[in-house]
Parts: sequence; structure tokens; C-alpha cells
Amino acid sequence: MCLGIPVKIVEIKDQEALVEVGGLKQTIRTDFVPEAQVGDYVIVHAGFAISVLEEEEARETLELLKDADVIP
Amino acid sequence: MLSLEPREVLSKISKMGVSARFMEVCGTHTVSIARSGLKKLLPDSVKLISGPGCPVCVTAQVDIDYAIALARQPGVIVATFGDMVRVPGTETSLLEARASGGKVEVVYSPMDSLNLARAHPKEEVVFLAVGFETTAPLIARTVQTAKAENIPNLSFLVLHKLIPPAMRALLALKEIQLDGFILPGHVSAILGSKPFLFLKEEFHLPGVITGFEPDDILLALFMLVKQKREDRADIEIQYRRAVRPEGNPQALKVMEEVFEPQEANWRGLGIIPESGLALRQPYWDFDARRRFPLKIMGSREYPACGCGEVLRGVISPQECPLFGRVCTPDSPVGPCMVSSEGSCAAAYHYEEHP
Repeated sequence: MCLGIPVKIVEIKDQEALVEVGGLKQTIRTDFVPEAQVGDYVIVHAGFAISVLEEEEARETLELLKDADVIP
Repeated sequence: MLSLEPREVLSKISKMGVSARFMEVCGTHTVSIARSGLKKLLPDSVKLISGPGCPVCVTAQVDIDYAIALARQPGVIVATFGDMVRVPGTETSLLEARASGGKVEVVYSPMDSLNLARAHPKEEVVFLAVGFETTAPLIARTVQTAKAENIPNLSFLVLHKLIPPAMRALLALKEIQLDGFILPGHVSAILGSKPFLFLKEEFHLPGVITGFEPDDILLALFMLVKQKREDRADIEIQYRRAVRPEGNPQALKVMEEVFEPQEANWRGLGIIPESGLALRQPYWDFDARRRFPLKIMGSREYPACGCGEVLRGVISPQECPLFGRVCTPDSPVGPCMVSSEGSCAAAYHYEEHP
């Protein structure tokens, strides 16, 4: 099952990070997101961060929809 | 996240007046679509079909039987993600094997299997490596760690499957007519969009990589319908907040270091070339099949179980004669009714059933 909910990185040490999920702290691996910084939101799968979230990118997609002229 | 009202997006989809059938190949999408009731909100001309997107569901019966046989070996602890535990094998399940003395431990992360092996030095821990491209890099890193830390009593039953080859195999069967794909979010976070370009090049079909919220899926459907209307077949990314076109290079590198492609046996689809993964030679010591060469005889699926047809999108869960009668989440016959992301379980929980 994929969890789409992003979690916030509170602390990073070596290849591990402490993240906060709904007030609970959890340790995850950061092997695959070397660019991640404290304060970033990441997508986590089975204990590993697999992607750092980019809000700007999300907005772009919305623009695409708003600009779309779909009325025939 | 979506500043437009879902109703507006639905209305835009309706106004395009396109007739189309789209398939999702991710179990989390299947659940999100069922839970949100999206199928009923869409115009009748837009149909959604579930494909082979649930890793546990596509695992072949003989492989499930292998895992159960491992759990019955004296001195073996099977470590697994939770959704494998209740899947019925030919005669029994991991859960039943545990009840009769087998050792089965549910773990959240593959890295937990390292600690399990360290805590039980006199026993053999076997991790059931089930999952698509999202999960395979995590297992690869765990295998590398086991090798680096020289953990002798840990091995991996590698049952990983790859999504693009399965999609190609499904399309080649020509059993169903499709107009495009809702592409998996986190598989694509690893793979990027390039491995899906064959859809455009070989089949002139569009695909949109999307997230898991109903709003994400709705937006992806809008993008697919728009492509269909414009007769385009591009691979677009709706889920840009998490997916880059190039995927995750670090994860791909580790996956490539540890695994090589090999044929895999899929429930419903049979053996597909290069659709699975095998440990590369430097990691053979960690291959559970080499460590425990068990012969599995007489594996067979429950007669009349429609899981295979459901995974190919040939029938809907409700069209299986067992659905909701013989086969329910409390008493499942096939994995599609067991796994939380199985099409049958999702249909049972959120749609109509007998």
C-alpha cells in the first residue's frame, strides 16, 4: 500500500532521519534522498524516504488545468 | 491541494464528450477510486478498470506455497509485510502455518529483518521480498547492508515484479480495449516517466502518472480524456510534487547494483520475460531459493477463483461467481480479496456486494 501523506523531517543523522507523523516521531532511512534537509517534507515507503516533496511543482499542474480550454 | 472544485473537474470531463476506458495499475489507486465512489460520479462514457496493481495479488500460487513451506521449516523465521500473511496458498496460509508452530513475523520495513536476524542468531530469517519498483530498491539496500554487516542468517525470497513489462504483456493479449493508463505514483517516483514511453510508441496510448488522493486521480482522468480528445498519446505527470521525469537516480542505482531482470510468474498473466528481479551473483549467498532449495509440488489455485481475470481487467470483481458469496474478506478464496489493495477487497468494502 502506498502512503501519499508527506511527513516532515525533524532531524537528520547519517542515512537516518527523524520524522513527525501526526505528532508521533519515527525513524526513517534517507539513502535515496541525499538532498533532503531538516524541514523538508518527504514521501515514505516501508521505512525509506523515496521522494522530497515540491509544492511549486504541484501548483504547476493546477495551472495546466485552469488554463485548459476544454469547452468544445 | 486542488484549488478547483472536484465538481468543476467532473463537469470539464463531461463536457469533452469523450468515450474512453482507462486502467489503473496500482492497488492504492484501486482503493482510492473505490473509497471515493469516483466511478459513480464520472459520466457513463468514462470507465475505469483495475489491472495488475496489487503485488500480493499477482504473486503466483507456487511462490506463496514456497513461502509457506519456508515458514514450516524448523529453525526458520519468515519475515514479511503484513498483507501476505492471510493469502491462501494451495492448502494453507502463513497465518495457519504460524498457528501450527511455524514462525512468521510481520515487519514494517525490510530493514527490520536485519534486527530480527541479529536478535535470533541461531535461527534463519527469510524476508519475503514482494513488491513492485517502489519496494525493490528498499530491499536492495537491505541486501547490501546484510552483506556489508556480514549477517549470515538472513536471506531473501525475491518475488519482485516490474510494472511496465506486465502492462505490455496485458496489452499484447488484446483481451480488453483500453484508451490509456492511470500510471502508478510511487512506482514512477522511482522509475520516472521514461519506462512508460512504450505506451505511446508501441500502442499509441496515453498515460498520466498520478497521486493517490481522489482529487489527484480526477485530475489525471481529466488529462487523459483531454489527450484522447486531442488524439495525443503522451506520458504526463500529474503527481509532480513527488515524481520527477528522471525518477529517483539513487534508488535506481542501488536496485541495478543488487538485482538483474529475469522472467517472473504472475497470477493471471503467467510467465512474462524480464518482468521480475533476481539477485546478482555477488549477492547469491542471500538468496533464499539457493539456501533452501525446496521442491513445491501440486500448487494450484482455488477452482473458479476469478482473481486472474480480475487482474487482467477481463472481469470486474462483481462478475466473479464467488464474489461476496463464497469469497469474502472474512473468508477469502483468492488474494484479490485478501490484500487491503486487492480489487475484490476494495469492491467488497466500498461498492455493492451480495
